[in-house]
Amino acid sequence: MSYLLKPKVAHPSLPKNELGLTRRDYEGAMSTLCAGCGHDSITAAVIEACWGLSLRPQDIVKLSGIGCSSKTTAYFVSGGHGFNSVHGRMPSIATGANAANRELHYIGVSGDGDTLSIGMGQFCHAIRRNVNMLYLIENNGVYGLTKGQFSASADVGTKAKRGEANTQQPIDPVLTALSLGATFVARSFSGDKAQLVPLIQAGIRHRGFALIDVLSPCVTFNDHEGSTKSYQFTREHYVEAVHTDFVPFQQEIRAEYAEGDVLPVTLHDGSQIRLRKIDGNYDPTDRSDAYAYIQHKMKEKEFLTGLLYVESSQTDFHDASETTAQPLNRVSYEQLSPGSAALRKVLARYR
Amino acid sequence: MPERTAQERLNDFVIKLANVNGTGSASANTLLMKSLFRMGIPVMGKNYFPSNIQGLPTWYEIRVTRDGYVARSGRVDIMVAMNAETYARDVKEVSAGGYLVYDSTWPRPALLKRDDITLIGVPLARLCNENFAGVRARILMKNISYVGVLAALLDIDMEKIKELLNETYASKASLVETNLKAIELGYRHTQENFACPLPLRVKAMDRTAGHIMIDGNTAAGLGCVYAGATVGAWYPITPSTSLMDAFKSFCARLRVDPETGRRNYMIIQAEDELAAIGIVLGASWNGARSFTPTSGPGISLMNEFIGLAYYAEVPAVIFDVQRVGPSTGMPTRTQQGDILLCAYASHGDTRHVLLFPANPEECFHMAVQAFDLAERLQTPVFVLSDLDIGMNDWMCPDLKWDDAYRPDRGKVVNEQDLEKMTRFFRYMDHDEDGIPYRSFPGVHPKGAYFTRGSGHTQYGGYTEDSAEYQIVLDRLRRKFTTAARLVPPAVVERRGGGKVGIVSVGSSDGAVREALDVLKARGVAADYMRLRAFPFGTEVEQFLHDHEVIFIVEQNRDAQLRSLLTLETAVDKRKLRSILHYSGLPISSECVVTGVLAEFGEGARALGVVG
Repeated sequence: MSYLLKPKVAHPSLPKNELGLTRRDYEGAMSTLCAGCGHDSITAAVIEACWGLSLRPQDIVKLSGIGCSSKTTAYFVSGGHGFNSVHGRMPSIATGANAANRELHYIGVSGDGDTLSIGMGQFCHAIRRNVNMLYLIENNGVYGLTKGQFSASADVGTKAKRGEANTQQPIDPVLTALSLGATFVARSFSGDKAQLVPLIQAGIRHRGFALIDVLSPCVTFNDHEGSTKSYQFTREHYVEAVHTDFVPFQQEIRAEYAEGDVLPVTLHDGSQIRLRKIDGNYDPTDRSDAYAYIQHKMKEKEFLTGLLYVESSQTDFHDASETTAQPLNRVSYEQLSPGSAALRKVLARYR
Repeated sequence: MPERTAQERLNDFVIKLANVNGTGSASANTLLMKSLFRMGIPVMGKNYFPSNIQGLPTWYEIRVTRDGYVARSGRVDIMVAMNAETYARDVKEVSAGGYLVYDSTWPRPALLKRDDITLIGVPLARLCNENFAGVRARILMKNISYVGVLAALLDIDMEKIKELLNETYASKASLVETNLKAIELGYRHTQENFACPLPLRVKAMDRTAGHIMIDGNTAAGLGCVYAGATVGAWYPITPSTSLMDAFKSFCARLRVDPETGRRNYMIIQAEDELAAIGIVLGASWNGARSFTPTSGPGISLMNEFIGLAYYAEVPAVIFDVQRVGPSTGMPTRTQQGDILLCAYASHGDTRHVLLFPANPEECFHMAVQAFDLAERLQTPVFVLSDLDIGMNDWMCPDLKWDDAYRPDRGKVVNEQDLEKMTRFFRYMDHDEDGIPYRSFPGVHPKGAYFTRGSGHTQYGGYTEDSAEYQIVLDRLRRKFTTAARLVPPAVVERRGGGKVGIVSVGSSDGAVREALDVLKARGVAADYMRLRAFPFGTEVEQFLHDHEVIFIVEQNRDAQLRSLLTLETAVDKRKLRSILHYSGLPISSECVVTGVLAEFGEGARALGVVG
């Protein structure tokens, strides 16, 4: 990608959010991904979600590792800092950044290779620490930048472009996150913007680690017949189990569904996630039932989507560390240095 | 009759204590050393411990040194042999004319093989068995009782011992009582059965006022508190662990908001060293002072991120408390084996700023300097300590703090700066010193830029263009030249050495300083330069230029410092002689003296390099 200057001239009729910003203000550099790449649709959904939440662009921090997916952080919210780190290590950068300033919104974008192979350890530990961030996996089952090797999310029997079949068990990020105690676990499809946007909004507002595994077909290396991550296969096999609406705190909550149909989950800032069950057998607030049901459906080649598990009250990374409410990067030196008098007291123990 | 050194040796000898680890010997040895320190006598303590929790041999060496030397001398004047498993080698190690104290509860005919040392058998196990109940208590008390034996033999002030016991066990009066009882058992028996004190003994001095006994890791952890570090990330690894332990305990006392009870710091125990350095980079990129303590294996793992920090220009402070390599090596032994690893860590063209503390006092001050340099230069800074400095108690002048100090955060654009700018470019060399300006997230949309380890232009954009790539890479080289002017200069001492010079680094300093005195007494004078940082300043080049024969003293096999000097200065490498020590024990002054004298045989005198 060359460094493109996109003029931010917006037509006066473009809709504005509470900050008076248009969607154009949340765009980034021009994408250099292949035409039709699922990742670009996810980028568009992130832009829509951030605009819709009226986040200040400078309060958005974009983090990624290495791979096609990790490039996309350059393609949205150019008014927010981005950190394209090293392969599989984005969670540690996000952890440190979050430690330094708890007030910003951290959006990590990763891929199935970046998360489930080289970055598996860091992914697991970011969940364990419940780092307050949105973690998007743009999952296409292949290594795109190195031209089409299977990733760890490739299903058994799925075929590579040149015809060879994968024989190894896939690692499913949703089941992994559930078993690790993640407090917000979702799956979606890059082709379903209506589902994805409220999920991203809810994930950003969730206090703690929010995972959205987004099936995102690779048009170049994994969109052929025999692939279980193609557009066609995904459209035929993904099933929305829970429909999610996100209602920001300030907005009036209007009853849109019949009583008993909707399960509201109130977040720490007062906003609400409203879950509407489509599959009546599914309970997105029971971890072990959710785990069993998702796994059961996978055996039937159905990929359940939506907000598959959510827990509204929990202790995030900062709560557990008892850190001060003020971001650590803004605590003044005068508050941090104990001074010479305290040093003299400290030294008394070493005589 | 064994030949006795009738000569008095006052406040100038070495005690070595051979123990089994996990039996309370550490408390006894610390008590012994501290009581000497409280008597105003300079002491040096070195702990040689196994990578194990209980049951393996461990040694502690206390050098009583009225001249205030800080290195090992290479002698053992009194051996306290408390470990049956190592008796044979412990006896062998005693210098001729020395003493061996052992537990005579059981007959030890093997000990009697040397007739050039004096044996002092005290039935410690029997005395403790008669006076204490319970197996564990008897083992612990046996070890503490030898403090009494030594107090009697060496004339150590019992009041100082009592004073220390009262302080150590302030909250448990019963422990003071039992410990004191054990010490008195040893003391009385020795007084009654041997001619006390020995010719080799102590006498109160006034050389320790205004001094403390502290280890380098504690001092470095304290330095991080005073530097204003707020995020510490680490993965436990010997011998660096106690640095984070110290930071944690100081923060718990000094960094908790008195009103809210909340912490003005965050310590993150990461899943591995890769994550630890990643957390440091994320935090300091986001404007918090952040650091990680580790050792050689950790640095090996961190290499990829270190390259990112160098190229994307993210500050980081990395304490490498060096231990014996290669690979796992000997985790509880000391070495200066990571000099080249750290200087050029990571793939591609990278060079890093290194600081070399020589003692705990410098660990404290260099910790603070490291943060200032890392932020000023926007690059990783390594503080290369080692196990000897990091984990042993050193006698140091009181740490001083200047309340006027304010952190140098380097070139950071704030909200007002950004408001006035048309556009902000992250990697431009506005000031022609190779150092660009950075901005923090959350401040202003105009400050936003994209941090990447991939090829980038001076404007912060991605590039695969040769010329644009080289502009940034060449600026990074200029930045390193700037670094050479900012780092602490080498300590250069002209001591009438003429054409002969000695160069050392870090914990080798103490041995060289003592060796310089010894050599001078033997008619060999040398100038001295102790390096405190890399990149090297002009004073380093000058020193190397001014001398014809230069000894490079360092603690590794492959002469890493010598290599770095030949790579990074114009010195003719034929002038350089290596004195290398890599046994895992701290280098002794004797090693340096021997190394220099080996070079200066009769031939050297003929060359006229020796006065």
